Amino acid sequence: MLDTIALARTMRQEIIKMLTASASGHPGGSLSATDFLAVLYGEFMNVDPAEPRKADRDRFVLTKGHAAPALYAILALKGFFPMEELANLRKLGSPLQGHPDMHKVPGVDASTGSLGQGLSLACGMALAAKMDGQDYRVYALMGDGEQQEGQVWEAAMFAAHYKLDNLVILLDHNHLQIDGNIADVLNPDPLDEKYRAFGWNVIQIDGHDHEQIRTALAQAREVKGQPTVIIGETVKGKGVSFMENQAGWHGKAPNAEQSAQALAELEG
Amino acid sequence: MEEKKNLATREAYGLTLAALAEENDKIVVLDADLAGSTQTAKFAKAAPERFVDCGIAEQDMVGVACGLASCGKTAFLSSFAVFATGRAFEQIRNSVCYGKYNVKVAATHAGITVGEDGGTHQSILDVSLMRSLPGMTVICPADATCTEWAVRAAAELNGPVYLRLGRLAAPAVYEAGQEFTLGKGQLLRTGSDIAIFASGLMVSQALEAAELLAAEGVKAAVVDIHTIKPLDTELVCSLAERCGAVLTVEEHSIIGGLGSAVAETLMEAGISAAFQRVGMKDTFGQSGSPAALLKYYGLDAESIANQAKATLARKK
Repeated sequence: MLDTIALARTMRQEIIKMLTASASGHPGGSLSATDFLAVLYGEFMNVDPAEPRKADRDRFVLTKGHAAPALYAILALKGFFPMEELANLRKLGSPLQGHPDMHKVPGVDASTGSLGQGLSLACGMALAAKMDGQDYRVYALMGDGEQQEGQVWEAAMFAAHYKLDNLVILLDHNHLQIDGNIADVLNPDPLDEKYRAFGWNVIQIDGHDHEQIRTALAQAREVKGQPTVIIGETVKGKGVSFMENQAGWHGKAPNAEQSAQALAELEG
Repeated sequence: MEEKKNLATREAYGLTLAALAEENDKIVVLDADLAGSTQTAKFAKAAPERFVDCGIAEQDMVGVACGLASCGKTAFLSSFAVFATGRAFEQIRNSVCYGKYNVKVAATHAGITVGEDGGTHQSILDVSLMRSLPGMTVICPADATCTEWAVRAAAELNGPVYLRLGRLAAPAVYEAGQEFTLGKGQLLRTGSDIAIFASGLMVSQALEAAELLAAEGVKAAVVDIHTIKPLDTELVCSLAERCGAVLTVEEHSIIGGLGSAVAETLMEAGISAAFQRVGMKDTFGQSGSPAALLKYYGLDAESIANQAKATLARKK
């Protein structure tokens, strides 16, 4: 089994490096979602880099598409494409678009970027598995600010109504959005009560604790008849002291000096 | 296929879907609580396990269709055109078209002949919206026979398609067994004085208008532009050049629809012709019977003939 702690550390370093190289991108929400992705891809996702489109693979939808750097980091580390490609993030002609493009990057199951649309896509994938008697699972990583989009709740109703127990939301609850604290901008909390009322199995964890993520993902597999949301309490910018809990680092790349400091901190 | 005479295109859509339910097990159909009206209920009856009612949640329906398509399904989704293309426009843009999914937006109750429901429900911008989307094919069939072809063509094409369908019974324009080609207009009547390009329900009105014109000695050519995108630019240009006068007729705003597509084509080809768009003139509709509305907004045969004559008067 891969050491997911080491995997997450390497992912964070690659995120900083690629954002620095592109001088553009979203560090805060990439770093807060890193641990979810490290455990999911490290231990749970049934995917094969040699055959990225195989029909019975597990699906992943990065519904908060701006966390693309975190997804690109884990896909490269898993061998879906060469690590050197990461330096081309957001550059003209690069497959690594600012938001993930399924037709350009092996391992990306859905093109996303417009918030609130990914959960519906994930519902369709989960429903297709049910129709076809397949047992693959579908994971959707969402932001907490994203919960303000109305379509999310249409999809939440849909998933529970159609008993999509093969669907799991990983909810990156980092409490910040571009304009500030989510509670000040437009409070989506209490998310646990909302999802419970919508008919979901709700698990609340520390979104940076790998053992808790692992346990939650394993537990979600056992639930029958309802979808699961794993609400992870996270820190935006996690792992880089000057980025942590700073809304200003939502969509800004570090300069060379900041990058060096971030990488030094992540080396631990 | 005798029973298909004068069916609404939405009915022909439902009947064709039901036939496809037997023939193609990859087809899934989604609706947003309007299955009886859009006629997808016919498919639901034939293949309930492949029919998904999404409730009154069009945006989610579009995304679910994409997710199903990504797993190998051919997804048809239906609602009224005003909601399917307007309410869920950004989902069609960013999920369906950007993702290049095999999703067919088959929207019914397009145009003003929705009638009594009024302006909120009369979709007059949908062609403009759908035509602007990269990768989207736009088809607006004139009658039941053309609809059956369009639904089958959409099912066979791997990618996004917009099917524009109507509520009102559409006079049969074609004989059963008529063949069509995607992207090729259908020359229904030859004429050398003026070329009338029409789509959907307006094709039968344009043919009637051509009869009225013929009685006055005016020879009007009538073309059914069933595929609005990609447009049959070759036919549009050659006929416009030959006639020197062009009328476009659509149950849609004159901004951004068939008329705009034809105008763009002619300007870029350097073809000069007396030109008039017949359609909704930058206005919303209102309640009324379909016939009364067509007359009020100048979309009935007599009004079309009058506008053709006015255009001819400007011909150089």
